[in-house]
Amino acid sequence: MNWDAVLDPLFFTPFVTGLLFAAVLPVLGMYLRLREEWLAALSFAQLAAAGSLVFAVLDWPVLAGGLVTAGTAAAFKSWLAASGNNGYALLMVAGWAVALLTLANVPAADHLGHALFDGQLYFTGAGHLWSIGVYAIVAAVALRVLSRSLLLERVFPNTLRANDRPAARVHLAFDVLIATGLALATATIGVMAAFALVFVPSMIAYRWGRSWKRALVIASVTSVASYVAAFEVALVNDQPFGPVLVLALVAAATVSWAGWRLTHR
Amino acid sequence: MNSATPACITFDALSAGYERPVVGPVSFAVGADEVVALWGENGSGKTTLLNTAAGAVRIFGGRLVKRPGLRVSHQQQQALPIAGIPLSGRELFGLTGATPDHLPAPLVPLLDRRLSELSGGQLQLLQVFACLRAPADLVLLDEPTNNVDPGSVTLLVDALRNARGGRAVLFVSHDRRFVDAVADRVIEVGAP
Repeated sequence: MNWDAVLDPLFFTPFVTGLLFAAVLPVLGMYLRLREEWLAALSFAQLAAAGSLVFAVLDWPVLAGGLVTAGTAAAFKSWLAASGNNGYALLMVAGWAVALLTLANVPAADHLGHALFDGQLYFTGAGHLWSIGVYAIVAAVALRVLSRSLLLERVFPNTLRANDRPAARVHLAFDVLIATGLALATATIGVMAAFALVFVPSMIAYRWGRSWKRALVIASVTSVASYVAAFEVALVNDQPFGPVLVLALVAAATVSWAGWRLTHR
Repeated sequence: MNSATPACITFDALSAGYERPVVGPVSFAVGADEVVALWGENGSGKTTLLNTAAGAVRIFGGRLVKRPGLRVSHQQQQALPIAGIPLSGRELFGLTGATPDHLPAPLVPLLDRRLSELSGGQLQLLQVFACLRAPADLVLLDEPTNNVDPGSVTLLVDALRNARGGRAVLFVSHDRRFVDAVADRVIEVGAP
């Protein structure tokens, strides 16, 4: 590990910013997978990118565009009481279409479009770090409150209703939490890297975890290790960070799969 | 029901179902420390009635009256939907708020195993005990002896006999010996 480069003031803030995303997003992925809604990660990331582009064209704050669009989509989906991946698939293709139409018709949005889809971790500043720092604290508190209800609803589906506890509020709070996290992540590490951090570590943890708590730890540790390796490789070899991170996560998934096959014949 | 015992749930001329009524009208009440069985032929609507108590079924006529603040735990007939989910037995108990202390000896080693590694019978036992030990006023059990070997049925009989103490149990079973062994009262359920 080239700690000199990482500790360089130029790269230290981006490193810590990405590290926080690498620790938080896999935990969100565990709960999305629990609800069989992992497509939400790609959906909200795509919508956040589209919203950011539209706000940029209107000369409004870009980050607010992602947050407003993804948050509104989450609220709308909760209002429709839609669950599963169907609703998210519709939102995802809508986000993709709006983003590409914006790029096709407003040439000035091209640079931002590349940044959102490829990731711009090296160009993040204190604002991004504060955003993910605050978000990480909010997410930790929110998931501590929501976790039991989310698990209970999956394993004992009638229990919340039987006890007159409003599941709709749990869903709305969770959807908004996911939408906000993905909007922030998209603005920092890009659409696909954000999706990969949600999807891949939770997939590995689901296979190896002996309990929910252990699986949460496995997901975060896998993600952070892949992130640190990807940051180093991308920095030393002057490569774009997003694709390197995705490949590092795919490598981790491949090793996990091979290990499982070898130990569970 | 003993008239001195306050009812925790009352079915009052209740008809319930999904697209249309599949059971009722039926009228009965379950007292605070009663163990009541729903008995009837396949398709008579026993599970629908149980699910009505859990608020999961549409009511077409009559009333369902629950004691205010009634806490309910519900073991459903279907296998626990835990395929692929990394959840341990101890965490299953944590979800219902059940205490794993003083469990029957055969269940103790299951607490720290991943649920997806357990047999259908082991999973069923853990699920039933997680609901029975939950801090609930009314425990709903749907075919608790499904997949359970005869030796373990004895554990369930003991658990249900000891389940009283301010706690009501309403259960469905096709196993008449089990029903006779544990129920204070049997409600015959017929199609509408």
